[in-house]
Amino acid sequence: MSLDTATVRRVASLARLRVEERDLPRLESELNGILGWIEQLQAVDTTGVEPVAGGGAEALRLREDRVTDGGIQDDVLANAPDRAGAFFAVPKVVE
Amino acid sequence: MTAATDLTLAGARAALARRELSAVELTRAHLDAIAALNPRLNAFITVTPDQALAQAGAADAALARGDAGPLTGLPLAVKDLFCTAGTRTTAASRILGDFVPPYESTVTSQLLRDGAVFLGKANLDEFAMGSSNTSSAFGPVENPWKRQGEENTVLVPGGSSGGSAAAVAARLALGATATDTGGSIRQPAAFCGVAGIKPTYGRCSRFGIIAYASSLDQAGPVARTVEDCAILLNSMAGFDPRDSTSADLAVPDFAAACERGVKGLRIGIPREYRLDALPAEIAALWEQGMAWLQAEGATLAEISLPHTRYALPTYYIVAPAEASSNLARYDGVRFGLRKDGEDLKDLYERTRAAGFGEEVKRRILIGTYVLSAGYYDAYYVKAQQVRALIRQDFDRAWDQVDAILAPTTPTAAFGRDEKQDDPVAMYLNDVFTITANLAGLPGMSVPAGQDAKGLPLGLQILGRRFDEETVFAVGRAIERNAGFSALPALRAAA
Repeated sequence: MSLDTATVRRVASLARLRVEERDLPRLESELNGILGWIEQLQAVDTTGVEPVAGGGAEALRLREDRVTDGGIQDDVLANAPDRAGAFFAVPKVVE
Repeated sequence: MTAATDLTLAGARAALARRELSAVELTRAHLDAIAALNPRLNAFITVTPDQALAQAGAADAALARGDAGPLTGLPLAVKDLFCTAGTRTTAASRILGDFVPPYESTVTSQLLRDGAVFLGKANLDEFAMGSSNTSSAFGPVENPWKRQGEENTVLVPGGSSGGSAAAVAARLALGATATDTGGSIRQPAAFCGVAGIKPTYGRCSRFGIIAYASSLDQAGPVARTVEDCAILLNSMAGFDPRDSTSADLAVPDFAAACERGVKGLRIGIPREYRLDALPAEIAALWEQGMAWLQAEGATLAEISLPHTRYALPTYYIVAPAEASSNLARYDGVRFGLRKDGEDLKDLYERTRAAGFGEEVKRRILIGTYVLSAGYYDAYYVKAQQVRALIRQDFDRAWDQVDAILAPTTPTAAFGRDEKQDDPVAMYLNDVFTITANLAGLPGMSVPAGQDAKGLPLGLQILGRRFDEETVFAVGRAIERNAGFSALPALRAAA
Protein backbone atom coordinates (compact mmCIF):
# COMPACT_ATOMS: atom_id res chain seq x y z
CA MET A 1 0.00 0.00 0.00
CA SER A 2 1.45 3.30 -1.08
CA LEU A 3 0.19 6.79 -0.37
CA ASP A 4 -0.51 9.26 -3.13
CA THR A 5 -0.62 13.02 -2.72
CA ALA A 6 -4.40 13.09 -2.40
CA THR A 7 -4.26 10.57 0.47
CA VAL A 8 -1.58 12.56 2.30
CA ARG A 9 -3.79 15.63 1.96
CA ARG A 10 -6.81 13.71 3.29
CA VAL A 11 -4.87 12.22 6.24
CA ALA A 12 -3.50 15.66 7.14
CA SER A 13 -7.03 17.01 7.14
CA LEU A 14 -8.22 14.13 9.36
CA ALA A 15 -5.32 14.92 11.71
CA ARG A 16 -6.20 18.64 11.65
CA LEU A 17 -2.70 19.53 10.48
CA ARG A 18 -2.34 22.31 7.94
CA VAL A 19 0.13 21.16 5.29
CA GLU A 20 1.34 23.54 2.60
CA GLU A 21 1.09 22.23 -0.96
CA ARG A 22 4.85 22.55 -1.43
CA ASP A 23 5.46 20.19 1.54
CA LEU A 24 3.22 17.41 0.22
CA PRO A 25 5.81 15.67 -2.00
CA ARG A 26 8.36 15.49 0.82
CA LEU A 27 5.79 14.16 3.30
CA GLU A 28 4.52 11.67 0.75
CA SER A 29 7.99 10.25 0.27
CA GLU A 30 8.81 10.15 4.01
CA LEU A 31 5.53 8.49 4.92
CA ASN A 32 5.88 5.95 2.12
CA GLY A 33 9.37 5.12 3.35
CA ILE A 34 8.03 4.34 6.82
CA LEU A 35 4.93 2.52 5.57
CA GLY A 36 7.00 0.42 3.16
CA TRP A 37 9.16 -0.68 6.04
CA ILE A 38 6.16 -1.43 8.26
CA GLU A 39 4.77 -3.59 5.47
CA GLN A 40 7.00 -6.50 6.57
CA LEU A 41 4.48 -7.26 9.32
CA GLN A 42 2.19 -8.73 6.69
CA ALA A 43 4.61 -11.70 6.58
CA VAL A 44 3.73 -12.74 10.14
CA ASP A 45 1.08 -15.42 10.49
CA THR A 46 -1.38 -14.02 13.03
CA THR A 47 -4.26 -16.39 12.34
CA GLY A 48 -6.32 -16.76 15.49
CA VAL A 49 -4.09 -14.43 17.55
CA GLU A 50 -6.04 -12.22 19.94
CA PRO A 51 -4.83 -8.59 19.56
CA VAL A 52 -3.51 -6.89 22.72
CA ALA A 53 -4.39 -3.26 23.25
CA GLY A 54 -2.99 -2.41 26.67
CA GLY A 55 0.42 -2.38 28.24
CA GLY A 56 -0.47 -4.12 31.46
CA ALA A 57 -3.18 -6.24 33.01
CA GLU A 58 -5.84 -7.52 30.64
CA ALA A 59 -8.78 -5.98 32.52
CA LEU A 60 -8.85 -2.40 33.70
CA ARG A 61 -9.94 -1.60 37.21
CA LEU A 62 -13.33 0.02 37.69
CA ARG A 63 -13.82 2.69 40.30
CA GLU A 64 -16.89 3.52 42.27
CA ASP A 65 -19.23 5.77 40.26
CA ARG A 66 -19.09 8.95 42.29
CA VAL A 67 -17.78 12.49 41.90
CA THR A 68 -14.19 12.72 43.14
CA ASP A 69 -13.09 16.04 41.70
CA GLY A 70 -14.44 19.44 40.77
CA GLY A 71 -14.79 23.04 41.92
CA ILE A 72 -11.55 24.01 40.18
CA GLN A 73 -12.91 26.19 37.40
CA ASP A 74 -10.12 28.75 37.69
CA ASP A 75 -7.45 26.03 37.45
CA VAL A 76 -9.15 24.51 34.41
CA LEU A 77 -9.32 27.89 32.64
CA ALA A 78 -5.92 29.14 33.77
CA ASN A 79 -4.12 28.20 30.55
CA ALA A 80 -6.90 29.07 28.09
CA PRO A 81 -5.61 31.10 25.11
CA ASP A 82 -8.95 32.95 25.07
CA ARG A 83 -11.86 32.89 27.48
CA ALA A 84 -15.19 34.58 27.90
CA GLY A 85 -16.09 34.62 31.56
CA ALA A 86 -16.26 31.03 32.72
CA PHE A 87 -16.00 29.61 29.18
CA PHE A 88 -13.34 28.75 26.63
CA ALA A 89 -13.74 31.10 23.68
CA VAL A 90 -13.41 30.08 20.01
CA PRO A 91 -14.21 31.81 16.70
CA LYS A 92 -17.89 31.92 15.84
CA VAL A 93 -19.00 28.49 14.58
CA VAL A 94 -22.65 29.17 13.57
CA GLU A 95 -23.59 32.12 11.39
CA MET B 1 37.27 16.01 49.79
CA THR B 2 35.08 14.84 46.93
CA ALA B 3 33.28 17.71 45.21
CA ALA B 4 29.61 17.82 46.19
CA THR B 5 28.61 17.30 42.56
CA ASP B 6 30.70 14.10 42.35
CA LEU B 7 28.83 12.38 45.18
CA THR B 8 26.41 9.61 44.40
CA LEU B 9 22.84 10.09 45.55
CA ALA B 10 23.40 7.55 48.33
CA GLY B 11 26.72 9.21 49.21
CA ALA B 12 25.14 12.67 49.34
CA ARG B 13 22.34 11.34 51.52
CA ALA B 14 24.89 9.92 53.96
CA ALA B 15 26.87 13.20 53.96
CA LEU B 16 23.68 15.17 54.69
CA ALA B 17 22.75 12.77 57.49
CA ARG B 18 26.20 13.21 59.06
CA ARG B 19 25.80 16.99 58.61
CA GLU B 20 29.13 17.16 56.76
CA LEU B 21 27.32 19.10 54.09
CA SER B 22 24.13 21.13 54.14
CA ALA B 23 21.33 20.69 51.62
CA VAL B 24 21.74 24.35 50.64
CA GLU B 25 25.46 23.81 49.92
CA LEU B 26 24.69 20.69 47.90
CA THR B 27 21.97 22.44 45.91
CA ARG B 28 24.09 25.54 45.35
CA ALA B 29 26.94 23.39 44.01
CA HIS B 30 24.56 21.90 41.46
CA LEU B 31 23.04 25.28 40.54
CA ASP B 32 26.55 26.66 40.00
CA ALA B 33 27.36 23.69 37.78
CA ILE B 34 24.17 24.29 35.78
CA ALA B 35 25.01 27.99 35.41
CA ALA B 36 28.47 27.07 34.11
CA LEU B 37 27.61 24.18 31.78
CA ASN B 38 23.97 24.39 30.78
CA PRO B 39 24.47 27.21 28.27
CA ARG B 40 26.51 24.69 26.31
CA LEU B 41 24.88 21.35 27.11
CA ASN B 42 21.26 22.64 27.04
CA ALA B 43 20.26 19.79 29.34
CA PHE B 44 17.67 21.96 31.12
CA ILE B 45 14.83 23.83 29.45
CA THR B 46 13.91 25.61 32.68
CA VAL B 47 16.07 26.08 35.79
CA THR B 48 14.30 26.88 39.06
CA PRO B 49 17.05 28.14 41.40
CA ASP B 50 14.81 30.04 43.82
CA GLN B 51 12.51 27.09 44.30
CA ALA B 52 15.47 24.72 44.65
CA LEU B 53 17.15 26.84 47.33
CA ALA B 54 13.87 27.20 49.22
CA GLN B 55 13.38 23.43 49.13
CA ALA B 56 16.98 22.93 50.24
CA GLY B 57 16.45 25.34 53.13
CA ALA B 58 13.39 23.38 54.19
CA ALA B 59 15.43 20.17 53.87
CA ASP B 60 18.12 21.52 56.20
CA ALA B 61 15.40 22.37 58.73
CA ALA B 62 13.99 18.85 58.45
CA LEU B 63 17.47 17.35 58.86
CA ALA B 64 18.03 19.53 61.96
CA ARG B 65 14.72 18.33 63.42
CA GLY B 66 15.69 14.75 62.71
CA ASP B 67 12.74 13.98 60.46
CA ALA B 68 14.41 13.57 57.08
CA GLY B 69 12.64 11.54 54.37
CA PRO B 70 14.36 9.13 51.97
CA LEU B 71 15.34 11.96 49.56
CA THR B 72 15.55 14.99 51.83
CA GLY B 73 17.82 17.64 50.35
CA LEU B 74 18.85 15.65 47.25
CA PRO B 75 18.85 17.79 44.07
CA LEU B 76 17.21 16.20 41.03
CA ALA B 77 16.31 17.12 37.47
CA VAL B 78 12.76 16.48 36.28
CA LYS B 79 12.15 15.57 32.65
CA ASP B 80 9.99 18.32 31.19
CA LEU B 81 7.26 15.80 30.45
CA PHE B 82 6.17 15.58 34.12
CA CYS B 83 3.66 18.25 35.10
CA THR B 84 4.97 20.36 37.97
CA ALA B 85 2.45 22.66 39.66
CA GLY B 86 3.37 26.29 39.03
CA THR B 87 6.47 25.46 36.97
CA ARG B 88 6.28 25.66 33.16
CA THR B 89 6.02 22.21 31.56
CA THR B 90 6.65 22.16 27.81
CA ALA B 91 7.19 18.57 26.56
CA ALA B 92 9.91 20.39 24.55
CA SER B 93 7.16 21.57 22.20
CA ARG B 94 6.19 25.02 20.97
CA ILE B 95 2.58 24.01 21.45
CA LEU B 96 3.10 23.88 25.24
CA GLY B 97 5.79 26.57 25.33
CA ASP B 98 3.99 28.65 27.99
CA PHE B 99 2.00 25.94 29.71
CA VAL B 100 2.02 26.14 33.52
CA PRO B 101 0.26 23.11 35.00
CA PRO B 102 -2.11 23.75 37.89
CA TYR B 103 -1.34 20.26 39.25
CA GLU B 104 1.59 17.97 40.07
CA SER B 105 2.25 14.58 38.49
CA THR B 106 2.00 11.66 40.90
CA VAL B 107 5.65 10.68 40.41
CA THR B 108 7.00 14.16 41.16
CA SER B 109 4.59 14.61 44.07
CA GLN B 110 6.00 11.43 45.61
CA LEU B 111 9.57 12.69 45.16
CA LEU B 112 8.57 15.97 46.84
CA ARG B 113 6.83 14.03 49.63
CA ASP B 114 10.16 12.28 50.25
CA GLY B 115 12.06 15.56 50.44
CA ALA B 116 13.70 15.92 47.01
CA VAL B 117 14.92 19.28 45.68
CA PHE B 118 13.96 20.09 42.06
CA LEU B 119 16.65 21.96 40.14
CA GLY B 120 14.58 22.40 37.00
CA LYS B 121 13.05 20.76 33.97
CA ALA B 122 15.24 18.60 31.74
CA ASN B 123 15.24 18.80 27.95
CA LEU B 124 13.91 15.97 25.78
CA ASP B 125 12.84 15.14 22.27
CA GLU B 126 9.55 16.89 21.50
CA PHE B 127 6.75 14.90 23.17
CA ALA B 128 9.40 12.22 23.89
CA MET B 129 9.48 11.25 20.20
CA GLY B 130 13.07 10.61 19.25
CA SER B 131 16.35 8.90 20.06
CA SER B 132 18.80 11.79 19.77
CA ASN B 133 17.27 14.77 21.62
CA THR B 134 17.51 16.82 18.44
CA SER B 135 13.76 17.36 17.99
CA SER B 136 13.32 19.65 21.01
CA ALA B 137 11.77 23.02 20.22
CA PHE B 138 14.21 24.41 22.80
CA GLY B 139 17.28 23.24 20.90
CA PRO B 140 19.28 20.02 20.97
CA VAL B 141 21.18 18.65 23.98
CA GLU B 142 24.92 18.04 23.72
CA ASN B 143 26.31 14.77 25.07
CA PRO B 144 28.99 15.65 27.68
CA TRP B 145 31.16 12.80 26.34
CA LYS B 146 33.64 13.31 23.49
CA ARG B 147 35.29 10.83 21.17
CA GLN B 148 39.02 10.77 21.90
CA GLY B 149 40.77 13.17 19.56
CA GLU B 150 37.47 14.67 18.34
CA GLU B 151 36.78 17.31 20.95
CA ASN B 152 34.89 19.43 18.44
CA THR B 153 32.44 16.76 17.30
CA VAL B 154 29.14 17.23 19.08
CA LEU B 155 27.58 13.86 19.97
CA VAL B 156 23.91 13.30 20.74
CA PRO B 157 22.95 12.28 24.29
CA GLY B 158 20.34 9.84 23.00
CA GLY B 159 16.68 10.35 23.57
CA SER B 160 14.12 11.01 24.38
CA SER B 161 15.36 11.57 27.96
CA GLY B 162 18.58 13.16 26.66
CA GLY B 163 18.52 16.13 29.03
CA SER B 164 18.00 13.86 32.05
CA ALA B 165 20.91 11.59 31.08
CA ALA B 166 23.25 14.44 30.09
CA ALA B 167 22.50 16.37 33.31
CA VAL B 168 23.29 13.34 35.47
CA ALA B 169 26.42 12.45 33.47
CA ALA B 170 27.78 16.02 33.60
CA ARG B 171 27.08 16.20 37.36
CA LEU B 172 24.42 18.87 37.06
CA ALA B 173 22.05 16.70 39.12
CA LEU B 174 22.39 13.64 41.37
CA GLY B 175 19.58 11.90 39.53
CA ALA B 176 16.65 12.61 37.24
CA THR B 177 13.21 11.46 36.34
CA ALA B 178 12.78 10.13 32.83
CA THR B 179 10.24 8.22 30.75
CA ASP B 180 10.63 5.30 28.38
CA THR B 181 8.22 4.48 25.53
CA GLY B 182 10.62 2.58 23.27
CA GLY B 183 13.98 2.97 25.00
CA SER B 184 13.90 6.62 26.06
CA ILE B 185 15.46 5.93 29.48
CA ARG B 186 17.84 3.11 28.60
CA GLN B 187 19.29 4.40 25.31
CA PRO B 188 20.29 7.88 26.60
CA ALA B 189 21.59 6.29 29.81
CA ALA B 190 23.84 4.07 27.68
CA PHE B 191 24.97 6.98 25.46
CA CYS B 192 25.82 9.12 28.51
CA GLY B 193 27.49 6.46 30.68
CA VAL B 194 24.85 6.44 33.44
CA ALA B 195 22.34 3.91 34.76
CA GLY B 196 18.61 3.97 34.09
CA ILE B 197 15.66 1.68 34.60
CA LYS B 198 12.29 1.46 32.93
CA PRO B 199 10.21 -0.44 35.47
CA THR B 200 7.31 -2.75 34.64
CA TYR B 201 4.35 -1.09 32.92
CA GLY B 202 2.02 -0.07 35.76
CA ARG B 203 4.74 0.29 38.42
CA CYS B 204 4.84 4.12 38.26
CA SER B 205 1.72 6.18 37.83
CA ARG B 206 1.34 7.95 34.49
CA PHE B 207 -0.93 10.61 36.03
CA GLY B 208 0.41 14.04 35.15
CA ILE B 209 2.97 12.75 32.65
CA ILE B 210 2.27 14.23 29.22
CA ALA B 211 1.17 11.23 27.16
CA TYR B 212 2.93 9.97 24.04
CA ALA B 213 1.83 6.34 23.65
CA SER B 214 -0.16 5.37 26.70
CA SER B 215 0.18 1.58 26.49
CA LEU B 216 4.00 1.90 26.25
CA ASP B 217 4.90 4.98 28.35
CA GLN B 218 6.47 4.31 31.74
CA ALA B 219 8.41 6.55 34.12
CA GLY B 220 11.71 5.62 35.72
CA PRO B 221 14.91 7.13 37.10
CA VAL B 222 18.32 7.94 35.64
CA ALA B 223 21.26 8.12 38.08
CA ARG B 224 24.97 7.38 38.24
CA THR B 225 24.72 4.05 40.10
CA VAL B 226 22.36 1.10 40.20
CA GLU B 227 21.71 1.70 43.90
CA ASP B 228 20.83 5.36 43.23
CA CYS B 229 18.29 4.23 40.63
CA ALA B 230 16.81 1.84 43.19
CA ILE B 231 16.48 4.61 45.81
CA LEU B 232 14.73 6.89 43.32
CA LEU B 233 12.42 4.17 42.00
CA ASN B 234 11.35 3.35 45.56
CA SER B 235 9.98 6.91 45.81
CA MET B 236 8.57 7.14 42.28
CA ALA B 237 6.70 3.81 42.25
CA GLY B 238 3.43 2.81 43.82
CA PHE B 239 -0.29 2.44 43.25
CA ASP B 240 -2.26 5.50 42.14
CA PRO B 241 -6.05 5.36 41.69
CA ARG B 242 -5.79 8.26 39.20
CA ASP B 243 -4.06 6.03 36.63
CA SER B 244 -6.37 3.21 35.51
CA THR B 245 -3.35 1.10 34.50
CA SER B 246 -1.45 1.60 37.78
CA ALA B 247 -0.68 -1.73 39.45
CA ASP B 248 -2.14 -2.17 42.91
CA LEU B 249 0.94 -3.92 44.28
CA ALA B 250 3.27 -3.26 47.21
CA VAL B 251 6.58 -1.62 46.26
CA PRO B 252 9.50 -3.86 47.24
CA ASP B 253 12.73 -2.52 48.75
CA PHE B 254 14.63 -2.13 45.47
CA ALA B 255 17.78 -0.83 47.15
CA ALA B 256 18.01 -3.97 49.29
CA ALA B 257 17.62 -6.13 46.17
CA CYS B 258 20.77 -4.65 44.60
CA GLU B 259 23.07 -6.71 46.82
CA ARG B 260 21.25 -10.04 46.41
CA GLY B 261 23.86 -11.40 44.03
CA VAL B 262 23.23 -13.54 40.99
CA LYS B 263 24.21 -16.97 42.29
CA GLY B 264 21.84 -19.58 40.92
CA LEU B 265 20.08 -17.16 38.55
CA ARG B 266 19.47 -18.36 35.01
CA ILE B 267 20.39 -15.66 32.49
CA GLY B 268 18.92 -15.79 28.99
CA ILE B 269 20.86 -14.75 25.90
CA PRO B 270 18.47 -14.12 23.01
CA ARG B 271 19.72 -15.69 19.80
CA GLU B 272 17.86 -13.13 17.68
CA TYR B 273 19.77 -10.22 19.26
CA ARG B 274 23.01 -11.43 17.65
CA LEU B 275 22.61 -9.09 14.69
CA ASP B 276 24.99 -9.55 11.77
CA ALA B 277 25.64 -5.82 11.80
CA LEU B 278 26.43 -5.68 15.54
CA PRO B 279 29.80 -3.92 15.98
CA ALA B 280 32.50 -6.24 17.31
CA GLU B 281 33.15 -4.15 20.42
CA ILE B 282 29.49 -4.33 21.43
CA ALA B 283 29.42 -8.08 20.85
CA ALA B 284 32.61 -8.39 22.92
CA LEU B 285 31.14 -6.37 25.78
CA TRP B 286 28.06 -8.58 25.75
CA GLU B 287 30.31 -11.69 25.99
CA GLN B 288 32.18 -10.02 28.83
CA GLY B 289 28.91 -9.41 30.68
CA MET B 290 27.99 -13.08 30.30
CA ALA B 291 31.38 -14.09 31.70
CA TRP B 292 31.01 -11.77 34.71
CA LEU B 293 27.62 -13.20 35.62
CA GLN B 294 28.81 -16.78 35.12
CA ALA B 295 31.80 -16.14 37.38
CA GLU B 296 29.40 -14.94 40.09
CA GLY B 297 27.42 -18.18 39.96
CA ALA B 298 24.72 -17.50 37.37
CA THR B 299 24.08 -19.95 34.56
CA LEU B 300 23.62 -18.91 30.96
CA ALA B 301 21.03 -20.24 28.56
CA GLU B 302 20.49 -19.39 24.93
CA ILE B 303 16.85 -18.48 24.37
CA SER B 304 14.81 -17.67 21.31
CA LEU B 305 12.54 -14.64 20.91
CA PRO B 306 11.46 -15.42 17.36
CA HIS B 307 9.36 -12.29 16.71
CA THR B 308 12.13 -9.85 17.69
CA ARG B 309 12.62 -8.63 14.12
CA TYR B 310 9.01 -7.48 14.00
CA ALA B 311 9.20 -5.41 17.18
CA LEU B 312 10.29 -2.16 15.52
CA PRO B 313 7.63 -2.11 12.78
CA THR B 314 5.03 -3.10 15.40
CA TYR B 315 6.13 -0.19 17.57
CA TYR B 316 6.00 2.23 14.64
CA ILE B 317 2.33 1.40 14.18
CA VAL B 318 1.22 1.19 17.82
CA ALA B 319 3.10 4.26 19.11
CA PRO B 320 2.06 6.70 16.35
CA ALA B 321 -1.53 5.42 16.51
CA GLU B 322 -1.70 6.16 20.23
CA ALA B 323 0.16 9.44 19.74
CA SER B 324 -2.25 10.66 17.06
CA SER B 325 -5.08 10.08 19.52
CA ASN B 326 -3.30 11.53 22.58
CA LEU B 327 -2.10 14.63 20.75
CA ALA B 328 -5.58 15.43 19.41
CA ARG B 329 -6.09 17.44 22.60
CA TYR B 330 -3.69 20.15 21.42
CA ASP B 331 -6.14 22.23 19.45
CA GLY B 332 -5.54 25.79 20.64
CA VAL B 333 -8.73 25.96 22.68
CA ARG B 334 -8.18 24.93 26.28
CA PHE B 335 -4.44 25.40 26.77
CA GLY B 336 -1.26 25.89 24.82
CA LEU B 337 -0.48 27.77 21.64
CA ARG B 338 -3.25 29.21 19.46
CA LYS B 339 -2.98 30.45 15.88
CA ASP B 340 -6.11 32.22 14.73
CA GLY B 341 -7.84 31.04 11.57
CA GLU B 342 -10.81 31.78 9.38
CA ASP B 343 -13.00 29.33 11.23
CA LEU B 344 -12.62 26.72 13.96
CA LYS B 345 -11.18 24.00 11.72
CA ASP B 346 -8.70 26.46 10.27
CA LEU B 347 -7.75 27.51 13.81
CA TYR B 348 -7.08 23.86 14.74
CA GLU B 349 -5.03 23.22 11.62
CA ARG B 350 -2.94 26.38 11.86
CA THR B 351 -2.38 25.92 15.59
CA ARG B 352 -1.17 22.35 15.19
CA ALA B 353 0.96 23.13 12.13
CA ALA B 354 2.70 25.95 13.99
CA GLY B 355 2.92 24.16 17.33
CA PHE B 356 4.26 20.72 16.40
CA GLY B 357 7.71 19.94 15.01
CA GLU B 358 8.44 17.74 11.99
CA GLU B 359 8.90 14.39 13.78
CA VAL B 360 5.74 14.87 15.81
CA LYS B 361 3.78 15.72 12.66
CA ARG B 362 5.21 12.66 10.91
CA ARG B 363 4.07 10.38 13.72
CA ILE B 364 0.63 11.98 13.95
CA LEU B 365 0.15 11.46 10.21
CA ILE B 366 1.33 7.84 10.33
CA GLY B 367 -0.92 7.21 13.34
CA THR B 368 -3.93 8.85 11.72
CA TYR B 369 -3.38 6.80 8.58
CA VAL B 370 -3.07 3.41 10.31
CA LEU B 371 -6.22 4.12 12.32
CA SER B 372 -8.25 5.40 9.36
CA ALA B 373 -11.16 3.53 7.83
CA GLY B 374 -9.97 0.82 5.46
CA TYR B 375 -6.48 0.51 6.97
CA TYR B 376 -7.26 -0.13 10.63
CA ASP B 377 -7.29 -3.93 10.33
CA ALA B 378 -4.33 -4.18 7.97
CA TYR B 379 -2.07 -2.04 10.14
CA TYR B 380 -3.32 -1.42 13.66
CA VAL B 381 -5.00 -4.73 14.44
CA LYS B 382 -2.15 -6.59 12.75
CA ALA B 383 0.37 -4.76 14.96
CA GLN B 384 -1.66 -5.58 18.07
CA GLN B 385 -1.59 -9.25 17.08
CA VAL B 386 2.16 -9.23 16.51
CA ARG B 387 2.52 -7.48 19.87
CA ALA B 388 0.70 -10.46 21.42
CA LEU B 389 3.20 -12.82 19.75
CA ILE B 390 6.15 -10.76 21.06
CA ARG B 391 4.72 -11.06 24.56
CA GLN B 392 4.29 -14.81 24.13
CA ASP B 393 7.96 -15.08 23.13
CA PHE B 394 8.92 -13.61 26.52
CA ASP B 395 6.34 -15.65 28.44
CA ARG B 396 7.97 -18.81 27.04
CA ALA B 397 11.46 -17.50 27.84
CA TRP B 398 10.54 -16.98 31.50
CA ASP B 399 9.99 -20.73 31.81
CA GLN B 400 13.71 -21.16 31.19
CA VAL B 401 15.39 -18.05 32.60
CA ASP B 402 15.10 -15.45 35.39
CA ALA B 403 16.55 -12.47 33.51
CA ILE B 404 17.83 -11.62 30.04
CA LEU B 405 21.16 -9.95 29.18
CA ALA B 406 21.58 -7.92 25.99
CA PRO B 407 23.31 -4.81 24.70
CA THR B 408 21.32 -1.61 25.28
CA THR B 409 22.11 -0.08 21.90
CA PRO B 410 23.64 -1.24 18.60
CA THR B 411 26.17 1.65 18.64
CA ALA B 412 27.76 4.21 20.95
CA ALA B 413 26.56 7.82 20.82
CA PHE B 414 26.68 9.22 17.29
CA GLY B 415 27.38 12.70 15.97
CA ARG B 416 24.60 15.25 15.78
CA ASP B 417 25.11 15.46 12.03
CA GLU B 418 25.30 11.70 11.45
CA LYS B 419 22.40 9.50 10.21
CA GLN B 420 19.67 11.94 11.11
CA ASP B 421 18.12 12.28 7.68
CA ASP B 422 16.61 8.80 7.38
CA PRO B 423 13.75 8.21 9.86
CA VAL B 424 13.98 4.41 9.52
CA ALA B 425 17.74 4.37 10.23
CA MET B 426 17.11 6.51 13.31
CA TYR B 427 14.43 4.11 14.52
CA LEU B 428 17.01 1.27 14.59
CA ASN B 429 18.52 2.85 17.71
CA ASP B 430 15.69 1.25 19.63
CA VAL B 431 16.06 -2.29 18.28
CA PHE B 432 17.15 -3.82 21.63
CA THR B 433 15.00 -1.70 23.93
CA ILE B 434 11.61 -1.63 22.26
CA THR B 435 10.58 -5.21 23.04
CA ALA B 436 10.43 -4.44 26.78
CA ASN B 437 7.86 -1.70 26.12
CA LEU B 438 5.76 -3.89 23.85
CA ALA B 439 5.78 -6.67 26.47
CA GLY B 440 5.49 -4.32 29.49
CA LEU B 441 8.68 -5.70 31.07
CA PRO B 442 11.25 -3.97 33.31
CA GLY B 443 14.57 -3.15 31.63
CA MET B 444 17.70 -1.49 32.93
CA SER B 445 20.84 -0.12 31.27
CA VAL B 446 24.11 -0.15 33.21
CA PRO B 447 27.35 1.45 31.98
CA ALA B 448 29.64 -1.52 31.34
CA GLY B 449 32.49 -0.48 29.08
CA GLN B 450 33.83 1.91 26.45
CA ASP B 451 34.30 1.74 22.73
CA ALA B 452 37.66 2.26 21.03
CA LYS B 453 37.10 6.04 21.06
CA GLY B 454 36.37 6.07 24.79
CA LEU B 455 32.60 6.43 24.56
CA PRO B 456 30.44 4.62 27.11
CA LEU B 457 28.53 1.46 26.23
CA GLY B 458 25.68 -0.06 28.20
CA LEU B 459 24.45 -3.55 28.92
CA GLN B 460 20.76 -4.13 29.36
CA ILE B 461 19.00 -6.45 31.80
CA LEU B 462 15.37 -7.45 31.21
CA GLY B 463 13.23 -9.13 33.83
CA ARG B 464 9.82 -10.64 34.44
CA ARG B 465 6.84 -8.36 34.99
CA PHE B 466 7.10 -6.77 38.45
CA ASP B 467 10.43 -8.45 39.14
CA GLU B 468 12.59 -5.32 39.13
CA GLU B 469 14.40 -6.82 42.13
CA THR B 470 16.13 -9.42 39.99
CA VAL B 471 16.92 -6.74 37.40
CA PHE B 472 18.57 -4.63 40.11
CA ALA B 473 20.54 -7.63 41.44
CA VAL B 474 21.89 -8.46 37.98
CA GLY B 475 22.49 -4.79 37.17
CA ARG B 476 24.49 -4.32 40.34
CA ALA B 477 26.59 -7.41 39.55
CA ILE B 478 27.38 -6.02 36.11
CA GLU B 479 28.20 -2.62 37.62
CA ARG B 480 30.49 -4.13 40.26
CA ASN B 481 32.40 -6.19 37.69
CA ALA B 482 32.60 -3.42 35.10
CA GLY B 483 34.00 -0.94 37.62
CA PHE B 484 33.09 1.79 35.14
CA SER B 485 34.98 4.90 36.27
CA ALA B 486 35.54 6.87 33.07
CA LEU B 487 34.32 10.45 33.17
CA PRO B 488 32.78 12.65 30.48
CA ALA B 489 34.87 15.50 29.08
CA LEU B 490 32.29 18.10 30.09
CA ARG B 491 31.35 17.92 33.75
CA ALA B 492 31.12 19.96 36.91
CA ALA B 493 34.29 20.29 39.01
CA ALA B 494 36.41 19.07 36.07
